[in-house]
Amino acid sequence: MTANIDSRGSRITGTIVLLALMAFSVVPLISLFLVALQPRGTSPKGLNFPTEPHWENFLLAWNTANMWALLGSSVFIALMVVPVSLLLSTLAGYALAKMPFLGSGVLLGLFILGLTLPFEAMIAPIYYQIRDLGLLNTQWAIIIPLIGLYMPFSVYWMKQSFGNMPSEP
Amino acid sequence: MSTNLARGRRRRRPRAIGLPWVLPAFAVYAAFVLYPLANTIRYSFFDWDGIGPATWVGLQNYASVFTQPNLLGSILNSVYLMIFFVALPIVIGLSASILIQDIRAGAFSVTARVLMFIPQILPLAGAAIVWVWLYSANGPLNEVLSAVGLGAMARPWLGDFATALPAVGIIGTWVASGLCTLLFTAGIGRIDPSLFEAAALDGASRTRRAYSIILPALRSEVVVAATLLIIATLGSFDIIYMATNGGPGYTTMVPGVLVYRLVFTSQQVGLASALGVVLTIMILAVVIPTQWIGRRK
Repeated sequence: MTANIDSRGSRITGTIVLLALMAFSVVPLISLFLVALQPRGTSPKGLNFPTEPHWENFLLAWNTANMWALLGSSVFIALMVVPVSLLLSTLAGYALAKMPFLGSGVLLGLFILGLTLPFEAMIAPIYYQIRDLGLLNTQWAIIIPLIGLYMPFSVYWMKQSFGNMPSEP
Repeated sequence: MSTNLARGRRRRRPRAIGLPWVLPAFAVYAAFVLYPLANTIRYSFFDWDGIGPATWVGLQNYASVFTQPNLLGSILNSVYLMIFFVALPIVIGLSASILIQDIRAGAFSVTARVLMFIPQILPLAGAAIVWVWLYSANGPLNEVLSAVGLGAMARPWLGDFATALPAVGIIGTWVASGLCTLLFTAGIGRIDPSLFEAAALDGASRTRRAYSIILPALRSEVVVAATLLIIATLGSFDIIYMATNGGPGYTTMVPGVLVYRLVFTSQQVGLASALGVVLTIMILAVVIPTQWIGRRK
């Protein structure tokens, strides 16, 4: 029905603009992917598929960067941060939503403040705190502050979810 | 009556039974966010190298933030970057979501949505690496320019004083447009379809429908996107650090990278803290009014 009103021209223009936006999103990635397949020691130009794709570049990069160790480190950090954050924020979110007490509004406000704070406003003191704890150059230096830094979002999220649930009759 | 109800409910409920539930979360939050924040504010009044004794300097660090060209420049750069990190993504997101809404739901519209969201799921460091290659002297961008006869324009885009800042900005546009498209597409999905039918019956063109139905309906989504992206721009670090590290010179320096550099390279912790506090105040100055307006509506 709408086709009768809209001119064919505007439809085509719309589709072309959309295609251009889609290209803007993926061409950069495709370009990097094609470079990754070029032979070693060459300086490739522009967008072209190599005559002989060098898939082994990926293996080489993986091993050179020691990816297993790096991923292992990330997994360890995630395994520490995520369960603890979930537990703490679920407890806090439930209480803030369903068991309000004197001052719970202030606490919620302080958590919400944390949603907007930039890392720049905390990074130096956190570094000195971690140094004083003797945790520099360990994964704990990331794990412990991250749990604190994730509290605003996760507590707020949990509070909203529990708030949307009907209370017991 | 509602006050009676509230009073009755409160009487039945023990006063602070919820407190112990909140305390663990609040303790970590206080220890690693609020306490450091208070310390940053304290440091900002001192001249301190991070190791030796600190000297009280009053507001001198704040004066430096607003008078030293490099520090003030970093703030101005992040304001300029809002064109690319906030305004353009919102315009692109609105255009894309309206165009996606216009085409028939099917493989093409799903593909469009998926492809446009891909940059958003990359880590920012990865996005920066992609664009460092695109912009490089031998990269695809210069290659395309030469191919169409504009070889004279070719340059190392991130290394050129004139183009580095907008070039870095485009990286942010590339990343954030997908988020805006997703947010606005979801918003359009919540519009009552009968509105579109009525508009079509009345002979409203697609442009008319976009202006009269979609844009007003997306107001709150646009406010949310703008708030999130402004916070992200003022606090931006990853893209700039990976793509240019603030260079060439200080042309692409933003507060995030400068705070890092002042603390860990030049040991000017007091100055870095003052910059961090100014940044926080700027963010709150954006967030509090938008939240207030949003709530009043």
